[in-house]
Formats: sequence, C-alpha cells, structure tokens
Amino acid sequence: MLEIKNLRVELEDEDKKILKGVDLSVGTGQVHAIMGPNGSGKSTLSYVLSGRDGYKVTDGTAALNDEDLLDMEPEERAAAGLFLAFQYPVEIPGVGNMTFLRTAVNSQRKARGESEYSAGEFLKIVREKAKSLKIDANMLKRPVNVGFSGGEKKRNEILQMAMLEPKMCILDETDSGLDVDAMKLVAEGVNALRSEGRSFLVITHYQRLLDHIKPDVVHIMADGRIIKTGGPELAMEVEKNGYSDLLKEHGISEEMA
Amino acid sequence: MAAAPQKIEAAQTRLDAMELPKGGFTAAARADALDRVTRMGLPGPRDEYWRWTNPAGLNAVAPAAAAPFHPKDEPANFDVFDRIRLVFVDGVFDEDLSDDPVVNGVELVRLQEADDRDIHWAQPVYGVLEAAGQKPVDRPYAALNTAAASDGILIRVTGKASKPIHIDYRHQSEESDPVLHHVIKLEEGAELTLLESGPAGARFNIVTEIDVAPRAVLHHLRVQGREQQRQALTHIFARVGEEATFKSFTMTANGALTRNECIIDIVGDDARAHVAGAALGDGKTGPFHHDDTVFVTHAAERCESRQVFKKVLKNGAKGIFQGKILVKEGAQKTDGYQISQALLLDEDSQFLAKPELEIYADDVVCSHGSTTGAIDETALFYLRSRGVPHAEATALLVLSFMADAIEEIDDEALRDDILSRLEGWLSRHRS
Ligand SMILES: Nc1ncnc2c1ncn2[C@@H]1O[C@H](COP(=O)(O)OP(=O)(O)O)[C@@H](O)[C@H]1O
Ligand SMILES: [Mg+2]
Repeated sequence: MLEIKNLRVELEDEDKKILKGVDLSVGTGQVHAIMGPNGSGKSTLSYVLSGRDGYKVTDGTAALNDEDLLDMEPEERAAAGLFLAFQYPVEIPGVGNMTFLRTAVNSQRKARGESEYSAGEFLKIVREKAKSLKIDANMLKRPVNVGFSGGEKKRNEILQMAMLEPKMCILDETDSGLDVDAMKLVAEGVNALRSEGRSFLVITHYQRLLDHIKPDVVHIMADGRIIKTGGPELAMEVEKNGYSDLLKEHGISEEMA
Repeated sequence: MAAAPQKIEAAQTRLDAMELPKGGFTAAARADALDRVTRMGLPGPRDEYWRWTNPAGLNAVAPAAAAPFHPKDEPANFDVFDRIRLVFVDGVFDEDLSDDPVVNGVELVRLQEADDRDIHWAQPVYGVLEAAGQKPVDRPYAALNTAAASDGILIRVTGKASKPIHIDYRHQSEESDPVLHHVIKLEEGAELTLLESGPAGARFNIVTEIDVAPRAVLHHLRVQGREQQRQALTHIFARVGEEATFKSFTMTANGALTRNECIIDIVGDDARAHVAGAALGDGKTGPFHHDDTVFVTHAAERCESRQVFKKVLKNGAKGIFQGKILVKEGAQKTDGYQISQALLLDEDSQFLAKPELEIYADDVVCSHGSTTGAIDETALFYLRSRGVPHAEATALLVLSFMADAIEEIDDEALRDDILSRLEGWLSRHRS
C-alpha cells in the first residue's frame, strides 16, 4: 500500500535536516504504529506524505499503490486515497462543517470520475456516520472545528475519514489531549473503519492508544529515522522503559531525538 | 476658513456644465445646497478626507467612458423575490420596466413628479439630513447632489411594508452621468426592506437620506454591479430614532472607482445601527479602487453600532476604509464596534485603513480593529488534504473571511443571494 524508501527531508527556508532516510512499508489492510519522542520527525513525515508546503525532499521516494506521491498536489494525493488526521485540526470560521464535508467528498468523487452526491443523499450518509461517532447534528451545522472541544475536533477528523473512505489513513497523535472516554470513542471509530483494503499508520507518543487500536507492526522513530521495528510488544517495552535505552543503543542523545 | 481657490473653481466649472433643476418643494434646499457646494468647493488632492481616493475622475466635467454590460450578461437582480421593482436606465426612470408602485403601508413617488408641488412630506428631510451630515467633515458631492438631482424615489413607510422595494439601476450609455437623490422616511414602528442593484451610469452620484423614526426598522441591501469601468459615489445619510433599527449591507464587485460614504446619526435612546460591506476587486479585469467612508455619531444612550467591512483584493486592486465612531457627551452605555479587514490574494494589492474613535462619554464600550492578511496557508493545506482543489479551497477561505460581514444580513434568502453572487464572482476570477 505505502512504500517509503530512504526519504530525506529538509526545511525549505532553513538549512535543517528533519528526515534522515526513512524506510517504511505498510501492507494492504495492515495497521502500523510509529512511536517516538517529541521532535523526532513523526508529524513531518505525515505532512510530507500529504504534500504540505515548506519541506524539501532531497532524496528517496514515497508511493501509494505504486503511484509516486511526491509528484502530486495535496488534493491529488487525497483523491488517490491518502488521508491525514491532523494533530491540530484547523478551525475555519464561516464555513459550515457540512459544506466542508460535502465539498471534500464531492471533489474527490469528481476527481475520480464518479458522480457527485446531491445534498439530500449526502445528508443521509453523513447523519448515519456521525451518529456512530456520537457527533450530534449541531456539530455538523457549526463552522469547521470552531469552538469544538479537543475531543470533538478529533472525532470530526474521524468523521471526515469515514466520509472520504481513504485507502491509506495516517493518524497523527489522534489521542493527544483526549481523556480516556474520548480516546475510546475515537478508537472505536477507527476500528469500525478497519478493513482488508484499508491500511493505517498510527502516530502516537504513548502506548495507550495502541491498547485500543491494535497494530500489526510498531516502529520507533528517533532523530529522523526508524530505529527499530517490531510487533506490538515493542510498544509495551517503550511504555515500560521509556525511550532512553533505545536511543542510547542507537547513539542518539536525548536532546537530538 | 475659505476653501482653496482651485477647489472653488473646480466646483464652479462642474456646476456650469450641469443642468440645475429649480425644484418645487425642494427649491429652498437646492438653493441652500448650491450655496454650500459653491463655498466648499470640490475635493482636492490635499484634502485629508480624500487622501487615498483621487477625486479627479469625479471632478472632471464629463465622465470617463464606461462600457456597459451587454444586456444578455446583465445579472438577474433579486428576480426570485416578490418585490416592487423601480428601474432607472442611466438615471432616467423607466416606467415600462418598473412595477406599479403599489405597496401596502408605503407611499411611493418619484422626486421629479413630486417636485411639481410646493409642499410635500419629504420636505423636512430632503437636503436636511445631508446638510446635517456636513459637520465636521465637508461632503461637497452630497451637497452638489442635493442641488442638482434630476430624479429619485421618495418613499414614506407608515406600516409594515408588504414587500421589499427594489431600485434597479441599469447602465446602457457609455457616457451617462446621473445624479439621483432618494428620501426614505419610516414613520414610527414602520418596517421596510430596501434593495438596490446595479450601476446607475458610467459615473453616478447617489444620495439617500433615510429617516428612521422611533421603533421603525430598515433593512437595506445593495449590490453594486459587476461592470469594470464605472465610477460610483454614494452617500447614505441616516437618522436613527429611539429603539429603531437601521441595517445596511453593500456588496461591491468590480468598478474602477467606488466611494460609499455612510453617515449615521443615532439620535434616540436604545437604537441600533449596523453598516457592513463586502467588496471584491480584481485588477486583472480592470482597475479597482474601493473606498468605504463611514461616520457614526452616537448622541443618545444605550445605543449599539457596528461597522463590519471586508475586502478581497487581487492583481493590484486597492481598498480604502475610513471609519469613525463619535460618541457625544451624555451618550452613556454606548456599544460601538468597528472592524475593517482586507484579504490580499497577492502582493500587488493594497489596503489602507483609518479607524477612528472619538469619545466624550465615560461609560461606553467601543472597539475598533483593522487587519490586512493573506490566505491562511495552514487552512488551505487542510482543505486541499481533504481533496478540495486549490482554487475551490481558496474560494472557501475567501467566503470564510467574509462571513462576519455576510452575517450582518438578517434575511436568510437575501444572505443566500449574496453568497451565491460572491461564489459566482470567485469562480469567474480564479487566476
Ligand atoms: N516548519 C517547521 N519549521 C521549523 N522547524 C520545524 C518545522 N517542522 C518541523 N520542524 C522541526 O523538525 C523536528 C521534527 O518535528 P516534528 O515532525 O513535528 O516531530 P514530532 O511530530 O515527532 O514531534 C523538530 O525539531 C521541529 O522543531
Ligand atoms: Mg507531532
């Protein structure tokens, strides 16, 4: 599904290397987790994959189902099936959440040559999906993310994911700022979307989210590289011992991470 | 202080080239206004109030030629609304295109017809609110209008008007230069929605005097057409009485020159006056210069005023805002708010703003702000990452930017009408 090879990324405006050769391969239907200390480059990886400005790819490749991602505009990547649930979802005053969702879904359908949903059809689908995420009708009417609580924002990200039906979902710190109940709700939403044809890359700082979204593979990222890959037990290990031992093992000082 | 000789000469030259009706009931007001504009002179480049808008095109004896729309490109204006439509073509009333002016709760007559008479209900308003609005700043073009207006609509509302009144301006001659003067009087408790659309000529000067009696409600919505070359100068002079509501919203798209002055005197306690505008300019399709000049005076207690102005500018378009809130002595518990914001879609465009507060009462809440910014890159990326193409995402963010101004339109159907006009403009001006 997702193939990343030797991905090296710098900031565009500054001479600063952030990703220093990332290799990652996520198979179809798999759930991979990336864990790692703050500042290790996890969000950068998610932004570069989804096409945010401000980064320069100096080497390497990233492909989604053999299509070169790095050559596409962000909207083309989305239409190709990539979705990023933001660590900090953006507020857009004056644009109704429903308008936003419908514009997004219909843009992607149009890009893929599918027919666009009418307002009525769309409303029916969105209501159903919103209900399962405990998103009330009010949240659909309000402007995008404006005045939403942390939990509401993250649930809104999952709702977008449910509506857009992407093939490859990247979740960046979807658990940050959530209490246990809110996190469970989000995890349930994600689990409901797990399917044979859909893959996930779950970025998290803590292991607790992975109790609810069970990964097939766990990667540890530090200093712009994947330093270790293993099964779910790797997450338990990090939870118990922290990152220090792992970092030391790879000659990375805590500040560098 | 006497005006500079060049200014006086400019006024004289301009007046000499104009036809000045003697007037019936307006005769005294016209003579007085003529006297005032003769002494004030026309705006000059050194006038503080005209620092950012060059009056040369308005001072010229003849207007610069302005191509009208081809009739088939004429946008539909409020056609879906049940309203009384009154049509002016290049400033000349067109009876065939207009509806019978019969509306329950409304007396409606043309200035030109009414001016045959010596006595009229509009007499205590015509030229009177305009003259009152000449302090502390000269507005010579408004005085010139009072003196020279060839026609206009006089509307007296005694109850709840059964339908909106729509003044629809058409522009067909490349050189038309109309001067129109409207008087709207809402009697106590009366209600009216007034719609205006289109450019009235190649260059036009419109004054609207609005007297809102206690507990009356006026909703004013204006769309200033899509034509590129026309020059517009408008003045609204409103007097707002006790517990009355005055709301005015203007959408402007295109136009080589637009200066909309709005002068509001809040004279009764517990009144409300809101004035808002959304302007869109794209220098690629022709020069765009848009100036909102607003002056709100609070002379009563517990009144609320809001000024909300948004401009979206690209390809060298220029936006101006001069807005003032004056709170007079004794106008306690005033709640005054003013915001002017520009969204610059490139580095060639420009926004200049002069927000002012002048307060002589101690128990008031007044705030003002002005910002100039670009499209929020993070929000743009967020939308694109959901599959929304760049141009559409930009359009959504432009609408997001203008939302507070559009919110000022109370009627949902009218709000949607404006929204679809904005969307239409944005889709025609993508690059
Ligand atoms: N746009 C940017 N400008 C400046 N520094 C950045 C930018 N994006 C990322 N960085 C830096 O790159 C490093 C990795 O950041 P990030 O990808 O956010 O890490 P993580 O998500 O793992 O916490 C950090 O040192 C961060 O400060
Ligand atoms: Mg991060």
